Amino acid sequence: MKTKKNIGNAITYIILVIISIIWLFPFFGLIMQSFRSYDPLVEYGGMVDYIIPKHFSLDNYRFLFSGETNFLIWYKNTIILAVFISLFQTIMVLCVSYALSRMRFKGRTFLMRFWLILGMFPGFLTMICLYFLLKQFGLTQAGAIPGLILVSVASSGMGYYVCKGFFDTIPKALDEAARIDGASRARIFLTMIIPMSKPIIIYTALVAFMAPWCDYVFASYIAFGHDTSYNVAVAMTRWVWTNDYQGYFTRFCAGGILIAIPVTILFMCLQRYYVEGVTGGAVKG
Amino acid sequence: MGKGKTDPAAKRGNAVGNVFRTIGVTFKEGDWKTRISYIILGFGELLRGQWLKGIALMLCEVGFIAYILKVGKKYLPKFTTLGTEVTKKVSRKTVYGDNSFLILLFGLLSIFVIIFFIVLWYVNIEENRAEEEILKEGKKLPSNKKVLLSLFDSNFDKTLLAIPVIGVFVFTVLPIVFMICVAFTNYDKNHQAPTNLFTWVGFENFKNLVTFGSSGFGTTFFKVLGWTLVWAFFATFIDYFLGLAVAMLINKKGIKFKKLWRTILVVTIAVPQFVSLLYVMKMFANDGLINGYLLKWGWIKQAIPFWTNPMLARITIIVINIWIGIPYMMLIATGLLMNIPEDLYESARIDGANGLQMFKSITLPYMLFVTGPFLLTQFTGNLNNFNVIYLLTQGQPQSMKLVEKAGSTDLLVTWLYKMTVNNTNYRMAAVIGIMVFAVTAVVSLVVYNMLPSVRDEEGFQ
Repeated sequence: MKTKKNIGNAITYIILVIISIIWLFPFFGLIMQSFRSYDPLVEYGGMVDYIIPKHFSLDNYRFLFSGETNFLIWYKNTIILAVFISLFQTIMVLCVSYALSRMRFKGRTFLMRFWLILGMFPGFLTMICLYFLLKQFGLTQAGAIPGLILVSVASSGMGYYVCKGFFDTIPKALDEAARIDGASRARIFLTMIIPMSKPIIIYTALVAFMAPWCDYVFASYIAFGHDTSYNVAVAMTRWVWTNDYQGYFTRFCAGGILIAIPVTILFMCLQRYYVEGVTGGAVKG
Repeated sequence: MGKGKTDPAAKRGNAVGNVFRTIGVTFKEGDWKTRISYIILGFGELLRGQWLKGIALMLCEVGFIAYILKVGKKYLPKFTTLGTEVTKKVSRKTVYGDNSFLILLFGLLSIFVIIFFIVLWYVNIEENRAEEEILKEGKKLPSNKKVLLSLFDSNFDKTLLAIPVIGVFVFTVLPIVFMICVAFTNYDKNHQAPTNLFTWVGFENFKNLVTFGSSGFGTTFFKVLGWTLVWAFFATFIDYFLGLAVAMLINKKGIKFKKLWRTILVVTIAVPQFVSLLYVMKMFANDGLINGYLLKWGWIKQAIPFWTNPMLARITIIVINIWIGIPYMMLIATGLLMNIPEDLYESARIDGANGLQMFKSITLPYMLFVTGPFLLTQFTGNLNNFNVIYLLTQGQPQSMKLVEKAGSTDLLVTWLYKMTVNNTNYRMAAVIGIMVFAVTAVVSLVVYNMLPSVRDEEGFQ
C-alpha cells in the first residue's frame, strides 16, 4: 500500500516538474535573448533558432536607456496610466458596489440589467465614436494619456460584480446597528464598509493596475502616430511586428524583462488578494 | 405560470396610466405655483422656500433650452437625411456643408437630452404635488440643509451613482447606440464625411451579411463565426478540465512545495500578456526556437508551419491558450476543492470507491455546480478574446476566399477590429458588432437559465 502511494507521488512530482519547465521555459528564453549582444558583426539581433546567446552583453539594455528611443517615456506613460486608472477605477467600483449592494432605490434592477446587457457589446465596436469624442476635447495623439485614463475610468462602474458580491457578504445587521446610533449612509460607507473591504479593494486596484500594461488596441488607436504618447504595449508590439528584421527582437526582450519584473513582483506580493477576488467572482458569477 | 406572465405587463400598463393621471390631477388640483411649474421648472419649489431644489431644476431647464438652441436645432432636423450639403470648393474657397458623423452623433445626443428633460419635467411635477400634500397636512417642508444632507444619507445612492452613470452614458451608451445606427447607414471608406456624406440604407448591410457569393459577406461571416464558437468551446473546456487536473495534482496529499508549484504557474498571469505572447509567437515561428531545435536534432526535415497553415495555426493557438488558461483555473479550483467536505470522500472510501469514481461522483459535480457562472463568463470572454488571437496571429493566415482581409484564425472581434482600423468599413464593422452581441446574449441567456446555482441566487445573500 505504501509503495503504491510512493509511486503515485513520484509520478505526480514528475508531472509537476514537467509542467513547471513548460511554464517557465518561455521566460527563460526571454531572459536569455535579452542578453544577446547587439553587434551585427557578432550576432544577429532578430529571432534566432538557438536559446543560449553566443555572446552575453548588456547592449540591449544600454540601448533602451540611451535615449535613442523613447523607451523611458513609454515606461513613464504606462506607469501614469496604471496608477491613475487603478486609483479612479477603484473609487468608481466601490461607489457603485455600495449603492447597489446596500441601497434599494427606484430603477436599481433596471440599472443592473441594463449594464449587464451593455457589457455584451464588444468594446472595440465603439472605438471610432470614442476617438471622435476624445478628439473634441483634444485628448488624442498628444493628449492620449489623459484620454485613455478618462475612457478607462468612465465606464468602469460597470465592473462592479466581484466587489458587490463581497459587500453582499458583509452582514446588513452591522449597517442597521450603526444607523440606529445615528450614523449616516456616507459615514457607514467610509468608516465601516471600506476598512472592512481591504482584500477586495486591493484586488480591484491590482486588476485595474495590471490592465494598462497590456492595453494595445485602444491605446494604439488613440495615440496613433504620436510616438511620445505610446504606452509600452503599443511601442513594444510595434518593435516585434515591424522592426524585427532590424534586430529589434532582442531589444523587445530586454524591454519586456524590464516591464515584466516590477509588475510580476507586485502581483506576486498581492497574489493572496487576487486569488480571493477571482475565486469569489467565479462562484458568484 | 400564466398569471405570473400577465402581472408585470398589467402593472406596467397601470404605471403608464398613473403617470398621465398624476400629470392631469396635479394640474387640476394644484395651486398657481404648481401650475406655473409646468412651464418654469422649479418655480413652485422656489416659492415654497425649497430654493435648493428650485434653482437646480431651473438651471437644468436653462441648460436644456441653451443646448437645444445651440446644438439640437442645428443637427436634429437633419437627422432623417444625415445631411445633404457636401463640403466643396467653390473657386478656391471651401464651402462647408453638412457632416453626417456630427449630425448622427449630436442628433442622438439631442434625442437623449430631450428624453431626459421630459423625465425631469415629470419629476418636477411629482415634487410639486408631494410638497403641496405635505403643506396641506399642516406639516413643514424639510429645510434646505436637510435636503442637502440627505444626499449623504437616504439619497446617498444618487450621490454615489451620479458620476458612474453619466460616465457609462457618455462613453458606452451613446457610442453603442451610435454604432447601432451606423449599421443602418452606408458609412465606409467611400462615404467619409465631410467630403462624402453617408445616409440611411435600411437593412442593406444585414442583407449583405447573409449574401453568399463573390461580393457578399455570407461565406466569410459564417466561417469566422464557426471558428469563433469552436475556439470558445475548446479554449473554455480544455482549460477548465486541465486546470482542474493540475489543481488536484498540487492538492494531493503528500505533495510538498505546494506553494512553489502554484507560484510557478501564476507567473503567466503576472507577466503582461503582450510580452509573453509575443515571445511565444516568435518561438513557434518558422525560423523560431522550436523549429530550429527540431531541425537541428533531425526530428523534422522542414520547418513546421505553425502559423502559416490554417489548421495548424488554429491548433497551435488553442494549445498556447492552455498555457495561459490553466493557471487561472488552477487558482480558482484550488480554493474550491478545499471546500468539499472531507467526510464525503471518507465515506466513499469506506464504500470502496476508487479515485476515478470519487472524482466522477463527488469532485466533478460539486465543481460544475459551483463554477457554473464562471464557465459561462469564461465562454463569453473567450468569444471576445482579442489579445490571445491578435498577439499570436493577428488572424493570419489570410485566405483569398474570405472577404475584408479576414484570416483563418480571426474571431468576430478581431475581424471587427481589422475592418474598423485597416479597412474603415464601419458599416459592416457595426453589423458584426451587433452579431457579436447577439451571439453573446443568446449563449448567456440559454446557459444562464440552465445553471443550477443560479436558481437559488438569492439564497447566497
